[in-house]
Amino acid sequence: MAEEIEQPAAFAFDAASEAEIARIIAKYPPGRQASAVIPVLYVAQAQMRRSSGSAWVPRAAMDAVAARLGMPPIRVYEVATFYLMFNTRPIGRHHLQVCTTTPCWLRGSDEVVAACREATGIRHWGETSADGMFTMTEVECLGACVNAPILQVDDDYYEDMDAERTRALLAALRRGERPPAGSMAGRQGSAPEGGPTTLLTPAQPGGAE
Amino acid sequence: MKVTVDGITVEVPPGSNVLQACEAAGKEIPRFCYHDRLSVAGNCRMCLVEIEKAPPKPISSCSYPAADGMVVHTDSKMVRAARRGVMEFLLINHPLDCPICDQGGECDLQDQAMGYGMDHSRYAENKRAVADKYLGPLIKTVMTRCIHCTRCIRFSAEIAGVPELGATSRGESMEVGPYVERALTSELSGNMIDICPVGALTSKPYAFVARPWELRKTDSIDVLDAVGANIRIDARGPEVLRILPRVNDDVNEEWLADKSRFALDGLKRRRLDGCWVRRDGRLVRSSWEEAFGAIAARLHGLRGDRIGAVAGNLADCESMLALRDLMASLGSANLDCRQDGSVADVSRRDFYTFNTTIAGIEEADAVLLIGTNPRHEAPLVNARIRKRWMALAGRLPVFGIGPAADLTYHVTWLGDSPRALAALADPGQAATQALRAAKRPMLILGAGALARADGAAVLAAAWQVAAENGLLTPDWHGFNVLHHAAARVGALDLRFLPGPRGKPLAGMLEGGVDLLWLLGADEFDMARIGAGTFVVYQGHHGDRGAARADVILPGAAYTEKNGTYVNTEGRVQRGYFAVYPPGQAREDWKILRAFSEHIDRRLPYDAIGAVRARMEQLNPVFARPDVSPRFGASDLTAPQGDAAALTGAPFVLPFTTYYQTDPISRASPTMAECVATVGRTALAVAAE
Repeated sequence: MAEEIEQPAAFAFDAASEAEIARIIAKYPPGRQASAVIPVLYVAQAQMRRSSGSAWVPRAAMDAVAARLGMPPIRVYEVATFYLMFNTRPIGRHHLQVCTTTPCWLRGSDEVVAACREATGIRHWGETSADGMFTMTEVECLGACVNAPILQVDDDYYEDMDAERTRALLAALRRGERPPAGSMAGRQGSAPEGGPTTLLTPAQPGGAE
Repeated sequence: MKVTVDGITVEVPPGSNVLQACEAAGKEIPRFCYHDRLSVAGNCRMCLVEIEKAPPKPISSCSYPAADGMVVHTDSKMVRAARRGVMEFLLINHPLDCPICDQGGECDLQDQAMGYGMDHSRYAENKRAVADKYLGPLIKTVMTRCIHCTRCIRFSAEIAGVPELGATSRGESMEVGPYVERALTSELSGNMIDICPVGALTSKPYAFVARPWELRKTDSIDVLDAVGANIRIDARGPEVLRILPRVNDDVNEEWLADKSRFALDGLKRRRLDGCWVRRDGRLVRSSWEEAFGAIAARLHGLRGDRIGAVAGNLADCESMLALRDLMASLGSANLDCRQDGSVADVSRRDFYTFNTTIAGIEEADAVLLIGTNPRHEAPLVNARIRKRWMALAGRLPVFGIGPAADLTYHVTWLGDSPRALAALADPGQAATQALRAAKRPMLILGAGALARADGAAVLAAAWQVAAENGLLTPDWHGFNVLHHAAARVGALDLRFLPGPRGKPLAGMLEGGVDLLWLLGADEFDMARIGAGTFVVYQGHHGDRGAARADVILPGAAYTEKNGTYVNTEGRVQRGYFAVYPPGQAREDWKILRAFSEHIDRRLPYDAIGAVRARMEQLNPVFARPDVSPRFGASDLTAPQGDAAALTGAPFVLPFTTYYQTDPISRASPTMAECVATVGRTALAVAAE
């Protein structure tokens, strides 16, 4: 429960968050602001990342979201604790979310997990590394199976991972770099590795191949 | 619509679900999450049935709309197998702790496991354990027993209007609770104990006290507010152990307010169990003979106009009648039942009752509250207003005049003094327009608004607002007085009021009478009684009145006597004897009857039937218990009072706390704890 961890006493949206919230709420009809609870919780979590370096939603932030959207706090607690994308306890600077669902697992997610453990010293899911740099979570299908296995770092997908690429990625993150997201095997999107295999010649007008 | 259930064809109204159709056919459908006064959740899956020409699978009957010509099977092979499967899953994580569970013997899960449970478990893994939650001094939680039916969550959000419970986390980790643990701020929280189908929420004060089969059950009427909620008193031996609501859709539906439910430990404390007579400034125990003798000695030679009587807020009609007759025999017209000094015009009954009726609130389409906080003065009336507000999806216009408070629905506060009432005469006001636009507008005038110097003016002005804005029509009576004293309407019906040249309470104080008989009257400042006035206190609790008394006659509390009570609607209801009063204490009308004989002015009744016959003779309303006929307003003549004499003094509510308002709840440790926890939270919330 929320009581187990140290909670900040107060939370107030900063100017950047307020601008974002205004934009989000405008999408919904008047009186239906509660529909914005998930995106506004994301805004709160992002603000925590900016201000404290840890992307999580403290209880005070949930209360602020509730007050902002005119809904009972418990309804916000329910949403925030239901969705695993919201961290209800502090996490490290980077959130390593390893997909271990069947496609990623068949394509070697075990290797990625092992490399993460080795590079960060984290032993169990949900743990934060001793240096506070990383928190590692096991997640279910991220919906990018065609580029499996996936390692989601914060909001970015790093695809086609293997042990070596994982080590390199974590080393770069440690150095404060942010390698471009996407396929680490050099694929464009989810196009075949090594270039296209179909539609190699321009189509002839009026004819088949 | 015709629906056939197990070969029985029944007619059900459109909008019914399959479960209701099955009930109409007399088939019992097991359920945990479905509750007919809550929204449908459909998550327990226990109410599965088979429906022909529907998808060939078990269908949850509570969430499936009934249709014309539908054929339902509630006892087929598939249904039984499906329910057994659901029960097996429910029991996976439910502890086998029935022997130490307070729900044992009245547990839906226990009962239905008898029908659908297996004789052994196939589940070998560890059961889930869930940390218990703190919900305040009234509700004990054992959350490992929770089966996630979400009834309590829906009750708190829908009926109580304090959305403080929810289901947090997901899947295996899902927990029902408040997340941030603090006492619930509802006056109706005890009902969650009733609707919890398992032993997750049980009564904290009643924990490990008794098993349901040990209890003697007596139907009765609650007297801790003027709603007259129908209750069941559960007693074992000489002790009342529990009070539960009885279903009466016209009054309390199936709910009960927390004070009415939990103040019962006050019935065992500070009780007057013997007679006391003041000798040399100190109260000493005495016999009935001595006590009667002391009163008779003081009465000797007193003129009738030097004798007075005041009826308290919990008095039954029989005892008030006996006291009134006794006073008449002594030649006294100094009678009053209004300890708060409020005004009452008893020339017509609709000047002092809740004419719309409580059930009638569900037809109202605009509400004006005047000088009242129904959430504290009558939580069940407040729940009805909220029910109507919910039914209209929050579009019921509610206006309030008086101190602003959170009433669990949206209220537009127009001001806190009678000036706002006078301002309603202006047809340009938004509130006036809303009342005029409504087809069935009603106003609720708090009894506290009449207990003012300009009370008569408030009464007349409120009536004027009603008459001018279409609240009074031949088929709708929208003028309502909301009392908070259970005895008040009965006392007004019996005219327990100053007779010709009689003095009201204020006139009896400061030495206005030489002998003052208090029938359970504790709610006025005893210091105002003249030093030379001889005070007889007849009642059941050693409260303010008994402290001032010269003679104490021990009476019976409402659980200890057969009594008639008239609720704020004017509904005559009977409470029944559940346990004997302690020690020397006796039923109150019998005490008065015995005393009358002692002074040779024998009252002409020896049995309660004769007392009631005399009540009927005095006022025919007593001949028709349990009904409260709806009527329109045919006569628009205003009650006495000059509406122009309104002052600008703000309305003051009769209570500062909901939980301790009478001798019983003031003696209750549970209520004291509520004041310390819930009451404080609620006041803080109201102040925001």
